[in-house]
Amino acid sequence: MTATVSQTTFRTAILNGQSDRPLGLTDAQGRAAGRRFDVYRNNVAVSLTEALETGFPAIAKLLGAENFKAIAGMFLRQYPPSSPLMMHYGAEFPDFLQGIKQLSHLGYLPDVARLELALRRAYHAADASPIAADALAAIPPMELGAVAFEFAPAVALLRSQWPVHALWAFNLADGPKPQAVAQDVLILRPEFDPEPHALAPGSGACVDTLMHGATLGDAAAQGTAAADDFDLSALLALLLNGQAITKITIKT
Amino acid sequence: MSKTVQTLAVAGAVAAALTAHATTASAAGQEKCYGVSLAGQNDCAAGPGTTCAGTSTVDYQGNAWTLVDAGTCAEIELPTLADGSARTGALEPLDRDIPS
Amino acid sequence: MFDASTRPTTLPNAPGVGYKAQHYTDLTNDPGHVAWLEIHAENYMGAGGRPLAQLRHLSERFAISMHGVGLSIGGEGPLDGDHLARLKHLNNWLQPVVFSEHLAWSTHDGAFLNDLLPLPYTKDTLTRVSDHIDQLQNTIGRQMMLENPSSYLAFAESTWSEPDFLREVSDRTGCGLLLDVNNVFVSATNLDYDPRAYIAEFPLDKVGEIHLGGHDEDEDEHGHVLLIDSHGKPVVDPVWALLDHVLSLSGPRPILIEWDNDVPEWGELHAEAARASKALEQVAV
Repeated sequence: MTATVSQTTFRTAILNGQSDRPLGLTDAQGRAAGRRFDVYRNNVAVSLTEALETGFPAIAKLLGAENFKAIAGMFLRQYPPSSPLMMHYGAEFPDFLQGIKQLSHLGYLPDVARLELALRRAYHAADASPIAADALAAIPPMELGAVAFEFAPAVALLRSQWPVHALWAFNLADGPKPQAVAQDVLILRPEFDPEPHALAPGSGACVDTLMHGATLGDAAAQGTAAADDFDLSALLALLLNGQAITKITIKT
Repeated sequence: MSKTVQTLAVAGAVAAALTAHATTASAAGQEKCYGVSLAGQNDCAAGPGTTCAGTSTVDYQGNAWTLVDAGTCAEIELPTLADGSARTGALEPLDRDIPS
Repeated sequence: MFDASTRPTTLPNAPGVGYKAQHYTDLTNDPGHVAWLEIHAENYMGAGGRPLAQLRHLSERFAISMHGVGLSIGGEGPLDGDHLARLKHLNNWLQPVVFSEHLAWSTHDGAFLNDLLPLPYTKDTLTRVSDHIDQLQNTIGRQMMLENPSSYLAFAESTWSEPDFLREVSDRTGCGLLLDVNNVFVSATNLDYDPRAYIAEFPLDKVGEIHLGGHDEDEDEHGHVLLIDSHGKPVVDPVWALLDHVLSLSGPRPILIEWDNDVPEWGELHAEAARASKALEQVAV
């Protein structure tokens, strides 16, 4: 009886380079497919590794090509894509890095990966119309404390114990060598290019509060509580310039 | 901080932010569209032949794998905080990070 | 929603190219011989941002072919309902002139393997592929074209030739066919058959689009040449000759140049389109 090859068998043999190749796959002479099957093994492993390299360029530089390829090889076998959209591949990568004991002395890696993932999500996030700057100017000063914002879908906040923005910039944007500080990063996407901004002290707490729907007055208080030198006007200018705010409501 | 003081502070900050807000002219539609993709792309091309990553002998269970020094992480010294406390945002002396 | 009223409504019998973002400026400045574009549907399934903005601009000027690379039409399991919905949404938004997918599988048990994996040509596969194409065409409400794969190996269990299999799928579902001439050459070389015999068997009247691309050369463990469908090089002369042969039988068709790896400068890609244009001139009525 002729051997039939199920897709379960095919898939298992593709992801495990050490396993036997499925029976029933041949060349034109009927000889068992060896390297011919390896074409598929390579297509899968290489294309998924490349997708991870494209999606996590700072991690690739931090680890170096050889380390990255090995880790990508482990990751893609444990977490093959669950969706055909390669733009979303690698959502589990930060947690995966966190679980690798050989990388435990590089505690910042998962957060750098989270930043890269957030930038990618921002790139593909839905478009939104920012408020005009004078929308805030039109609000009576005594009501500004009761204002709440809605943010564009591309806006994301990453709060880290690591100098995550500096690590990103050192590897991808000619930034200086990172110093040992915690950094909160706000990702904004004016037009189409996501920009990571390292936030000044207190701003992370303030934006975090705003993004949860609280009023500007309450969020400002959170910022001041987190840092004596919290600068609300600088943060608001950043949000306005970055086209982050899509709607203003006044909570009564 | 009293409600009144807080409101005044917020109002002042908004006024300052609006002054600082430079309205940058948007690029024309065609121009702002230019730019290459940031993420992995789907395509229908095959990869590089018969001998490479898919058939490598690396132990993909991860236990046997060793990190080799090759990337920029070798230039960066950011040890995990020894006491498990949170790193803070202000620049402070580096000796805080040196495990005791 | 953009204004679709000024857009072309058919794929012209002229060269097109697989769209790459790095060619955006060159392409919009002077497309030269390039009359239409093909996009990989999955790259435009994000919620927004630059990819969709680019596509909106391009679609106002060029006829667009929407080419799916991830539906897994040959998958043993059911089609991914979420992905069908995404295809339907993109089709409604973009209103592409044609839509095509592959005779292949890529998803099994919830894992997408990001490659076009091969199928045995059996009665079971025929039923499954035809059912999936029926479901797809009914869901998005339009005809699709099915593309022949490039093959590196054969299934011992196959009982149909590939052209016969494709003809039968087309007869059962009413789908059109997309003939990748490079894939025919690659498969014929890898599996020791005459590409012209394959073309002779192929239902050319069903062909709505032709693909051309470059391939790499490798070999198997027996020293047999093994061509890899890499889309990373210029189209080779024997494939251009096979194209001439196809066109002499089929008449003019829309011809796509695919270049996905080591994407060249616009000039080099355009030169391939110019060559396709010449091939079409020879069969112009």
